[in-house]
Amino acid sequence: MSVKIVAFCCNWCSYAGADLAGTSRLNYPAQVKIIRVPCSCRVDVQFILRAFVRGADGVIVCGCHLGDCHYSTGNYHAEGRLTQLFSLLDFMGFERERVHLEWISAAEGAKFAATMDAFVTQVSALGKNERYRNMYTKAGAQNE
Amino acid sequence: MRIGVFVCHCGSNIKATIDAEYIAAQVQQDAKVVHAAEYPYLCAEGGQQKIINAVREYQLTGVVICACSPRMHENTFRKTAAKAGLNPYQIEIANIREQCSWVHKNKDAATGKALKLAKAAIARVKLALPLFAGESAVTKRALVIGGGIAGIQTALDIAEAGFAVDLVESTPSIGGKMAQLDKTFPTLDCAACILTPKMVDAAAHEKITLHTYSEVEEVEGFVGNFTATIRKKARSVDMKKCTGCGACWEKCPSKRIPSEFDCGLANRTAIYTPFAQAVPNVPVIDRATCIKFKNGRCGLCADVCQPAAIDFTQEDAVFTQEYGVIIAATGYQVFSLDAYGEYAYHDSKNVITSLELERLMNAAGPTGGKLQRPSDGKAPKKITFIQCVGSRDITRGKPYCSKICCMYTAKHAIAIKEKYPEAEIEIFYIDVRTPGKGFDEFYRRAVEVYGVRYIKGQVGKIAEMNGILHMQAVDLLENKRFDTTADMVVLAAAIEPSPGAKPLAQMLATPMDTLRFFSEAHPKLRPVESATAGIFLSGVCHGPKDIPETVAQASAAACKAIGVLAKDKLITNPCVAKVNDKKCTGCGRCIDVCPYKAISLESNAAEANPALCQGCGGCASLCPSNAMDLNGFTHKQVLAEVDALCR
Ligand SMILES: Cc1cc2nc3c(=O)[nH]c(=O)nc-3n(C[C@H](O)[C@H](O)[C@H](O)COP(=O)(O)OP(=O)(O)OC[C@H]3O[C@@H](n4cnc5c(N)ncnc54)[C@H](O)[C@@H]3O)c2cc1C
Ligand code: SF4
Ligand code: SF4
Ligand code: FES
Repeated sequence: MSVKIVAFCCNWCSYAGADLAGTSRLNYPAQVKIIRVPCSCRVDVQFILRAFVRGADGVIVCGCHLGDCHYSTGNYHAEGRLTQLFSLLDFMGFERERVHLEWISAAEGAKFAATMDAFVTQVSALGKNERYRNMYTKAGAQNE
Repeated sequence: MRIGVFVCHCGSNIKATIDAEYIAAQVQQDAKVVHAAEYPYLCAEGGQQKIINAVREYQLTGVVICACSPRMHENTFRKTAAKAGLNPYQIEIANIREQCSWVHKNKDAATGKALKLAKAAIARVKLALPLFAGESAVTKRALVIGGGIAGIQTALDIAEAGFAVDLVESTPSIGGKMAQLDKTFPTLDCAACILTPKMVDAAAHEKITLHTYSEVEEVEGFVGNFTATIRKKARSVDMKKCTGCGACWEKCPSKRIPSEFDCGLANRTAIYTPFAQAVPNVPVIDRATCIKFKNGRCGLCADVCQPAAIDFTQEDAVFTQEYGVIIAATGYQVFSLDAYGEYAYHDSKNVITSLELERLMNAAGPTGGKLQRPSDGKAPKKITFIQCVGSRDITRGKPYCSKICCMYTAKHAIAIKEKYPEAEIEIFYIDVRTPGKGFDEFYRRAVEVYGVRYIKGQVGKIAEMNGILHMQAVDLLENKRFDTTADMVVLAAAIEPSPGAKPLAQMLATPMDTLRFFSEAHPKLRPVESATAGIFLSGVCHGPKDIPETVAQASAAACKAIGVLAKDKLITNPCVAKVNDKKCTGCGRCIDVCPYKAISLESNAAEANPALCQGCGGCASLCPSNAMDLNGFTHKQVLAEVDALCR
């Protein structure tokens, strides 16, 4: 069974970390698909929920280490927002293990690959996300 | 929309693991993709030409490039697009090298993922709006606020580069704290000897205009285009006429005003210059203590002033001026010891701060450089120093290390021993921190050559009895309590930002940390820029520093400022926040999240200033009304990308 993972990576650290994993030829599972955002604070909760509705099984948000954000404080906002999202997921009875936040620097190519490995394993253990995928009805699609 | 997709082989880097031909064929199933091609090296000149030709031939309105990371060649391809007559923001890159061919060995999996990434980029480019970099003019004039060594150095460096500088200082003279110091560590040269030439240079420089006894009242605008309102307080002395002869202050009968410059250890007159080498050497009348201003009689100074420079009717002058950059250099003050009653600072005249000691050791100071007890003028035989008073104390003081106290205390000990070899010196410390060029050697000299006694420990309480200071102390290394006495105690009090820093930060709309030091844009990579474009930081206003570090930062700030001033036009990044005022409810939540204070509420809707916005997108993802969006990374674009990847 192959799970779908969306990884939001901030341009300045984590996206560069993913690039470094590439330059260093470090393997990680191909089901991880990266979306580049300027900063981890650009990740709207809507983006994460939309991914689940459209069939993602796990969403990971990656940013610079605290104190290293290119915009100084963006990752603190991202952290605060995800903390609220976790409470919401708990409230909805949705496995919070499908969402993860990780700080990965531009020098941490190995950490990027290892984090993706570990996250894919974690989400695979939970299985497919059937619950929210079903929210994506035809009517919903037409309303876009 | 007519989209062209170009798949790069990157030699064999991509092609070995990804079926480029298959991708080029598959993407054409999308009705909007009117052209798809592959090429061995798209970034090479031939590759770029291929793209340019295709844009023209197929009248493309959007381009997707499947190649290496956008961090490598996004700019290259934007320029290519521009050459072809396309808006540079209507290209998208699918990173199929770093994110695909280099990390996935299985050809099918890598090709499958590459196709998804290409489709996501197509989805993004369909929604990409043409964006245009703005331009704004630059006023070629700098405003430096604070005339200590930091502000002086910054002003001199900018002026030397050929730009006009206004240096605003709130007190009657430039010079700052360094002017009060006696000798300076680690070389022990006299502060005045190295500072006064710079003060004179600043005053004489044709590009520098000094505004002493002045304050900045209001600042508006953004990088390249600031407007400041400055109040020149009434000096009551005509600067053009005054020759600085000093006849006035010699005759002034109001003589018993504690001198701020001498930390209250000596008196000054109502008409005064703070110190003999003041720049400008023009006195001010302190109207609160002048007899003429209090009850109308007196006016002696005017009687003795030969050039008739005294003007009791002078009023504050307020003017506005435009600037391209602003540099904050407001320095520090010594932290109040009110919370440290156990050290008897307010009870005994013989307990002083280190800055007061600087005045007592200074040849131009109240005692002519003779070390005397403030209570009885006697020479102290034993002097005890206590370090870290108020520093590194989260309960009553400051959490930070004031950084300069270890070194200046060693300096004080050496200076006293040089003058009075028989004096006995005891120093209580928590840690001795001497990480600087020549610093540890300097401290070791105090111990090894001058026999200064360092005790790791603390003093619990000081009480003065019959002129002797009695102390209860703890020696942490010996693990014992003991009593000790001294003729004089010197407290290395913490330093904190100047009181004027906070209102200034509000005026400049630039953030401070919780301790009221100005925040830098990035703690490692942008240490002299504030978070607000065009505002730079110089000296201790940004954090504790000694003089060498202050000067280094002052020159670095000048260099960054010159970088702006040297440009005729500033190009603004178009990937900035934009508000839909129909949707905005004016809740103001976006204002707090913005690290650059780029957002303001204008007639009930938020407005993001593109000259200040750096494009993080924090506001856009927080706005509860979906009113805020980020150019280049719009909601629709990111959602379309999510959809394409999850399909
Ligand atoms: C006791 C003591 C001994 C020291 N000895 C040494 C030493 O031996 N060697 C060494 O390297 N360092 C020493 N230092 C440190 C040194 O004093 C500082 O590094 C240096 O003075 C910092 O310069 P600055 O220009 O940043 O700040 P300041 O000297 O504080 O200058 C700031 C200036 O800005 C003005 N200002 C403040 N607010 C405003 C406003 N809102 N508008 C306009 N003007 C404003 C102030 O009036 C002042 O003139 C010592 C410090 C102390 C306390
Ligand atoms: S958060 Fe949104 S609705 Fe609130 S002021 Fe900002 S743009 Fe307007
Ligand atoms: S995108 Fe970031 S920098 Fe720009 S206005 Fe929004 S919060 Fe401020
Ligand atoms: S830029 Fe990386 S988290 Fe903000």
